[in-house]
Amino acid sequence: MLYKSFVDSFSDYIIDRNEDKCILCRICERQCSYEAHGFDKKNSVMTKQDHKCICCRRCEAMCPTGAISIRENPSQFKRNSNWTASHRKNIYKQAETGGILLVGMGNPTGKQPTYFDRMLLDASQVTNPSIDPLREPMELRTYLGRKPDRLEFEEKDGRVSLKTKLTPQLKLEYPIMFSAMSYGAINYNVHVGMARASQKMGIYYNTGEGGLHKSLYPYGANTIVQVASGRFGVNAEYLNVAGGIEIKIGQGAKPGIGGHLPGEKVNEEVSRTRMIPAGTDALSPAPHHDIYSIEDLRQLIYALKEATDYKNPVSVKIAAVHNSAAIASGIVRAGADILTLDGYRGGTGAAPLVTRNNVGIPIELALASVDQRLRDEGIRNHVSIVVGGGIRSSADVVKAIALGADAVYIGTATLVSVGCTLCRMCFTGKCPWGIATNDQSLSKRINPDIAEEKLSNLIRGWGLEIKEIIGGMGLNALESMRGSRHRLRGVGLSESELDILGIAPAGK
Amino acid sequence: MKRVYPVEDYCMGCGLCEVACATEHSKSKDIVKAYKEEAVTPRNFVERKEYLSYSINCRHCEEPSCIEACITGAVDFDEDGRVLIDQARCVACWSCIMACPFGVIKRDTVNNVSTKCDQCVERETPACVQACPNRALIYEER
Repeated sequence: MLYKSFVDSFSDYIIDRNEDKCILCRICERQCSYEAHGFDKKNSVMTKQDHKCICCRRCEAMCPTGAISIRENPSQFKRNSNWTASHRKNIYKQAETGGILLVGMGNPTGKQPTYFDRMLLDASQVTNPSIDPLREPMELRTYLGRKPDRLEFEEKDGRVSLKTKLTPQLKLEYPIMFSAMSYGAINYNVHVGMARASQKMGIYYNTGEGGLHKSLYPYGANTIVQVASGRFGVNAEYLNVAGGIEIKIGQGAKPGIGGHLPGEKVNEEVSRTRMIPAGTDALSPAPHHDIYSIEDLRQLIYALKEATDYKNPVSVKIAAVHNSAAIASGIVRAGADILTLDGYRGGTGAAPLVTRNNVGIPIELALASVDQRLRDEGIRNHVSIVVGGGIRSSADVVKAIALGADAVYIGTATLVSVGCTLCRMCFTGKCPWGIATNDQSLSKRINPDIAEEKLSNLIRGWGLEIKEIIGGMGLNALESMRGSRHRLRGVGLSESELDILGIAPAGK
Repeated sequence: MKRVYPVEDYCMGCGLCEVACATEHSKSKDIVKAYKEEAVTPRNFVERKEYLSYSINCRHCEEPSCIEACITGAVDFDEDGRVLIDQARCVACWSCIMACPFGVIKRDTVNNVSTKCDQCVERETPACVQACPNRALIYEER
C-alpha cells in the first residue's frame, strides 16, 4: 500500500520478464502508456510495476526476443462464488472515489448465454445439393432501405420498365458494416482506415456521433453519418455528403444514457469536427430533447429527409431493450428506412459498469422478436434491419441473417482487426494500441494504410466464409437465406427461448 | 538509387529498427547474442522529442562529405552508388563522423572503427524496413 491506493495493492496481472532473453532495448518501456515498465539506468536493469499493468499485451507483442509474458496474478482473494473478486474490488474502488465505475468495451462477464453459440446451422445432403463457391458465382449483395409493397411495370414499344418509384437504398457488396464509433472516441487514423476500407469493399462505415472530418468527405458515398442527442458536427453539408443518415436513440452497451467524451480528448481537430470549443467535455444527453414520442421521431426523420432531398435513407438506432418489438413497430411507422438494433453485448468507449453489465437484452432475442412483430404487422418490407452488439465471426453474421437481419454492424471486431486486444481501458484515452486515443504519440501507432488492409481483409475473409456456409445450404445468394429460421436449430435452450427465437430444437 | 526514408507521421519510436540493424550486422544473426555477447552497434537510430520520432540512417549522399573527409580512403562508393566504409582501412580518426551533416555515422566502440548504414547489401530489403511494424520506413527510389 506504499504510495498506492488500496485496490491497486492487489495486482491483477504479473509481468514476467525472462532476464536471459532481455537485451535492455527498452521497447517495452516506450510502448507501455501505463508506465508499468521502467529502466534503472544506474544498475542497467529493466524494472516493472505489476499493479499498473492492464494486460493489453502491447509489450509482449513488441518485445523482439519474446522475453515478456503477462499472466494473471495467481494470488487471489479467498474464494467466494457469490462475492467474486470483481465485486470486492469494485467496492474498494468506490469506497475510495465515491464515483461511478467506468468501463470500456462490451460486457465481459459471460453470465448470460450467448445465443449465437446455442444455435447451429443447416447444410444440404443428397437432395438440393450444396454449391461450391469457388466454382460457381455467389451473391452477397445487400440493399438496405424501404422496399415497396408491390412492383408495377409498364410496357412500351416491347420494352418493360419499372413503374414503381423506389426509395433510396444503400448498396452493400457484403452484409457487414463498420459500427458507429465516433471520431474522438477513436482517432482520425482509424477513421481513415474504415473510410478507405468501406470504399474499397463496397460497404459502409458509420461516423458515430462525433461528426465527419472534412478530409473524409470524399468517402461520403460509403459513409453513414449519425445524428445523436448531442448533434455534434451536424450540418447540411454533413448530411448531404453521406450515403445514409442514422438517428442514434440508444446504444447496446449503455441503453438509456448518453455519451461523454472528456475534454482532454477534444483537441483542435475534434473540436472543429464536433463544432464545440476545444478542451470542453462533449456530453450527449440521455434523450433527444426534441423526441418524446413516435410523432416527434417522425418529425426528425422527415426533417433529415427534407434536408437531403429524400436522397438518403434514414436509419434509427435503438438499444435492444424489453419492448424493442413494439418500439420498432413505431419506428417503422414513423418513416425509418433502416432499423438498427444494438444488443447488450455491444462495445463502448466508456460506460458505467452497472449499466453495461445489467441493462438491455441479447441481440438474438431482440432481433427475433422485432423481425416477427414486423412480419405479423405486415410492415417488415418497410424497413431493413441491421443488428450489432455481439457479432464476433462470419458464423454470427449468417445466424443473425437467418434470424431475420438484413445486415450486421461490427464494432469490436473492427477494432480487434486493427490490433485491439480488448483490455477494456478505452475510457482512459491511453490506448496502447493507438486506437481509442487522440494522444499524438499513441495515435501514430495506427497507420491508416495498414488499417485499411486489415479491415478489407477481414471483410473479404468473412465474405468467403459466408459464401462457404450458404453454398453448403445449397443457396447461391444470401438473399435466399435471409430470415430462413428453419435453417437454424437450438441446442440447450428452453421452450420459451426457442419460441422467441422462432427456431426448432436440434434433432427436430 | 533506392534509399531508406522515414515516415514520421507513423513512426512510433519503438526502436525495433535498431534491434533489426544490430542483429543483421552481428556474426551470430541472433538477437540475444548480438546484444549480450557481441554488443553490436546499430547503424541507425531513432530520434525522439515529445510525440515526434523518426528513424534515421545514412542518406548515401551523391556528394558525400564523409568520402572527402576520410584520410585513408576507407569510405567510398560501391558500384550501385552506396556509400560504404571499408572497416579494414579505418583508422578511427572520426573525421567522417565530424564531416557528416546528418550525424549518421557512429563509433563502433567494440571494434574501434566508424560504422554506418550499408543498406544491408546482401538483402533485398534492408532489415530495418522489414522490421518496422508500422511501415514507417520505406525503401524506394525518389
